[in-house]
Amino acid sequence: MADSLSRKRLSFNRIAIHATLLVACAVYLVPLLVMLLTSFKTPDDVRAGNLLTLPVEWTLIGWVKAWDTVQSYFWNSFMITVPAVIISTFIGALNGYALSKWSFKGSNLLFSLLLFGCFIPFQVILLPMSFTLGKLGLANTTAGLVLVHVIYGLAFTTLFFRNYYVGVPDALIKAARLDGAGFFTIFWKILLPLSTPIVMVSLIWQFTQVWNDFLFGVVFASGSAQPITVALNNLVNTSTGAKEYNVDMAAAMIAALPTLLVYIFAGKYFVRGLTSGVVKG
Amino acid sequence: MAALELRNVRKTYGNAAQEALKGINISIEAGQFLILVGPSGCGKSTLMNAIAGLEDISSGAILLGGEDLTGVEPKDRDIAMVFQSYALYPTMTVRENIAFGLKIRKTPAEQIAAEVDRVAKLLQIEHLLDRKPSQLSGGQQQRVAMGRALARRPKLYLFDEPLSNLDAKLRVEMRTEIKLMHQRLKTTTVYVTHDQIEAMTLGDRVAVMKDGAVQQFGTPQEIYNNPANLFVASFIGSPPMNFIPVALENHEGRPGVRLDSAGGSVCLPLPQLASNLADGREAVLGVRPEQIGLGRGQEAGGPVLEARVQVVEPTGPDTLVYVEVNGVQVCCRIAPVDTPAIGSNMLLELDIERLVLFDPTTGARIA
Repeated sequence: MADSLSRKRLSFNRIAIHATLLVACAVYLVPLLVMLLTSFKTPDDVRAGNLLTLPVEWTLIGWVKAWDTVQSYFWNSFMITVPAVIISTFIGALNGYALSKWSFKGSNLLFSLLLFGCFIPFQVILLPMSFTLGKLGLANTTAGLVLVHVIYGLAFTTLFFRNYYVGVPDALIKAARLDGAGFFTIFWKILLPLSTPIVMVSLIWQFTQVWNDFLFGVVFASGSAQPITVALNNLVNTSTGAKEYNVDMAAAMIAALPTLLVYIFAGKYFVRGLTSGVVKG
Repeated sequence: MAALELRNVRKTYGNAAQEALKGINISIEAGQFLILVGPSGCGKSTLMNAIAGLEDISSGAILLGGEDLTGVEPKDRDIAMVFQSYALYPTMTVRENIAFGLKIRKTPAEQIAAEVDRVAKLLQIEHLLDRKPSQLSGGQQQRVAMGRALARRPKLYLFDEPLSNLDAKLRVEMRTEIKLMHQRLKTTTVYVTHDQIEAMTLGDRVAVMKDGAVQQFGTPQEIYNNPANLFVASFIGSPPMNFIPVALENHEGRPGVRLDSAGGSVCLPLPQLASNLADGREAVLGVRPEQIGLGRGQEAGGPVLEARVQVVEPTGPDTLVYVEVNGVQVCCRIAPVDTPAIGSNMLLELDIERLVLFDPTTGARIA
């Protein structure tokens, strides 16, 4: 029955919907296609001006040159992103646990204030933050940049974990307390093992945010410590010599690759983590 | 196992105007089974959480085995609890669930294994030990939750409405099993329920609660036969006690109450009623359905009431017959062989000795 019904629905509406989706898809994917095609072309081929044609001669020279230029910045980005993501996710989980399961006087107020952090634009904190980093002796260091990203990410990760843990039955915590478990034991043994979906959400979110960040990177890091986003900008905006579009495109692809991979491999958790209920009572 | 004593336990939430617990005094001996029963919102769960240490009390004292628990952390109270939702750790196997409390208390591994085996055998869940809670049925989860509580051999067990998520048949089975277990292990237990049948069948002592206060504390039989007030009388018993509005009067020099029905009017003498009360004032007569029997006629002795049968409900072991007395419907429980025809008149005889009287405004017991 259901089969024949859905087959009947394969009518004008269905076709219209799919056509719309295909068009939308193309709109989003054509720039990516142009980037990929251009990155594999020779400079002469690029200058010939046919954006959407296949390369006359497939070549990796763009990629090799791009990698040579941005390689060290690529690792810089990793050195910034990995600790920032892990630390902010971990502290966010701890915050969310404390705020949802050990509510104390003023815990709701504290949570509201933390939420406020989600809405503060980056630009607003640039000056006070650079002042603070200077005082801490962390100006222009990778550690300083990690600190900035951890603090900025905490508002989001705390929100994720707090809302996830609110759905965990309180009885579970009570049972563990009577079993003799303390604050941290309950966190490690009971809650964290339940948290895979929301940990995934937090990791993906933070990774994307930190990796793609340009503003903090350009302000709080300098010279050889800059992240790849800044390096890419410098590469593309050089005014000397002929424009090497194939190198620019390859470098942009390299810069975007990690976040793409994270979405491809963990994306299903992202949707699942944001939509699933936690545990049934 | 240890005796439990609650001394004037009070609890007020935040700035709430009403106290959640209004001075609870209960004391049970080691090995006794205490039931806290009452409608939702009566404070029974608050009281249980206070005993467990999951909620602080505002004043008073909770003593377990003579030791004051005030300020003692839940983990140090040596109390185990079975939750209504079971609260099994979802990521752990049944074995790990049962062993968790022992592991935290740094019990040696071989001792943990032995304890898990003992409990699993006791509850017949040996074949489930390596499963996750999500792979278990409601009844099996219930057993595991009990196993987790039993594993540590604590001083006190708390049961928070443990059967209310089970279907009717399983509930009766598990009830018997809990009773059997208690008879075998002689564990001091506090059991919260809103189900008066569980209260009657399981408890050594029952505390009937309402609005944060204990209405009556006693054995199930005391509470059933001798309710302290209208609330207790109405809450305990199924089908519930009949409440008939009556006027107290003197009949031939003896205090009694008048009952009117379709078949006539009769004055029921109540020897337990002080004669100075019988001055025409209003009262509520409490009669349990089984205290109304088929009348055998005047010559048998007691006064007999003739009433018209309105509804007949055969339940199997006995039949519930509804008649109208003093303008209210009265339920009588009689043997199926005596089932009368609907619309006919039947003779009724009341068990005078066991009738109770309440004040209609305060609900307090008069006689």
